[in-house]
Amino acid sequence: MHVIDNGNVAAALGVKLAGVQVVAAYPITPQTPLTEKLSEFIEAGEMRAQYIPVESEHSALAACIAASSTGARAFTATSANGLLYMHEQIHWAAGARLPIVMCVVNRAVGAPWCIWNDHQDSISQRDTGWIQMYACDHQQIIDGVLKAFSLAEATSIPVMLCYDGYLLSHTYMPFEVPEEKKVARFLKPFKPSYALDPDNPANLNTVTLPDIRMDVTGEMAHGYMEIRYLLQEDLRAALSVAQDIEDEFAQIFGRGGNALLEPYRCDDADYVVVGIGSLTYQLRDVVETLRAEGLKLGVLGVRLYRPFPDQALADALQHARGVFVIEKALSYGYEGALCSDVKAALYGQAADGRPGDGPGNDRLPYVKGLIAGIGGRDIRTADLTDILRAGITATPGGRNAGTLEKASDWIGIKL
Amino acid sequence: MMGTRGYKYKTSHSLSGPGDGGRTGSWRVQRPVINTELCTPAKRGAEACFICWLYCPDCVISRTIPPAIDYEYCKGCAICAEECPTKAITMVDEADWHGDGVAAACEDEGPRPCT
Repeated sequence: MHVIDNGNVAAALGVKLAGVQVVAAYPITPQTPLTEKLSEFIEAGEMRAQYIPVESEHSALAACIAASSTGARAFTATSANGLLYMHEQIHWAAGARLPIVMCVVNRAVGAPWCIWNDHQDSISQRDTGWIQMYACDHQQIIDGVLKAFSLAEATSIPVMLCYDGYLLSHTYMPFEVPEEKKVARFLKPFKPSYALDPDNPANLNTVTLPDIRMDVTGEMAHGYMEIRYLLQEDLRAALSVAQDIEDEFAQIFGRGGNALLEPYRCDDADYVVVGIGSLTYQLRDVVETLRAEGLKLGVLGVRLYRPFPDQALADALQHARGVFVIEKALSYGYEGALCSDVKAALYGQAADGRPGDGPGNDRLPYVKGLIAGIGGRDIRTADLTDILRAGITATPGGRNAGTLEKASDWIGIKL
Repeated sequence: MMGTRGYKYKTSHSLSGPGDGGRTGSWRVQRPVINTELCTPAKRGAEACFICWLYCPDCVISRTIPPAIDYEYCKGCAICAEECPTKAITMVDEADWHGDGVAAACEDEGPRPCT
């Protein structure tokens, strides 16, 4: 069914289709309409789920952790300071290996209070052990919820599906609602690898000692370090699991394709701009404009940010002379986290020898990090075009080499 | 060393039962030793007192005549020795323990049976 609605409704429809059994959420702008819609579905009997009203986001995720531990499919959603209020439970859900799905409707983090969009909230949670997917439009939101549950349950790792506040959450767009019959083929009922059982009581996630130890049955049990190593190992393996799930989805629904990265005109690009979320679709207009001027630019959207697709990204950038990383978040005191990740991925490839270049890093692309849209500052396509045009011509070896460093790294700053 | 690669759970998981936190007896620096000549139920041959059983935070003392201490799990906290009204329980340094039911530290006063 083809509908026109907003991004929060797309997410809610996805949650309904996914057969979620427990929803626990606390309202926060711009996530609120999503959870309101879910409570409407449940109240109207359109969705057979338990909606647990809670007094905080910390409790929302705690309720989902409990629900998921009993083998229920659980969902929550939040934004900004609500996400940060969950922080301790976010780590917990990952360490407990519970396949919870959470929509993060991206919003700037206070102080000062700011309800508008940037990515500081979810990017700051990148080290919690969750899988992070980013959607660029409403179709990716509704499809993404289904893929997120599939990925979470296949890996026993919780998934954040992040999408831009207002730019996606409150704008109306046409999208296809997946058919229930096809959803049933794609997303099988949740069969937990372990679920609490009143007849066989157990303590989960109890204190673990620094070393491995014998459990009560005499079997050698993991220490904390083994449990955390397995999380990392399974997260790295999730890169290929995510792609398998994407392929399966594409086969059933006829759309989708790349779970990790979304390249646009990158094949012959001399310059590539890397970004996350709806900004990467906006950048496609810039690509068209600059290509008309003879500047070979492409855009590479990062769809899966954790686990980070370093190898795929380095491969996608192997012929680029210059890389621009535009992000709506930063690791304060250094640079954008994505920019650091991109550089690290390229360095890893350089250490192995860039294809065709032999070992060494003399042919590594120039990487320029740019910050944009912090706190919802309008990102004008014309400004992006100007910045990238100037950036390309100022790239070492380019026409205006040397002027690049003089430009501000913060697009649109008015100091 | 045996690894945990094949362990059936991905995270920590405990069932109720003795020793799920490991064989905590190895934590012990001092060992409680019961002198049955002073211990009330042992002396009287009747169910009585059992204050050690009641106070033991790890439930490693049995409610038997005489009471028995499970040294696999006793951490040596000495609460039983502190609470025993007849001073029948002595804490003996593990370093002085012979392992044959006789504490070296007690030998001067003559061997003491140990449960």
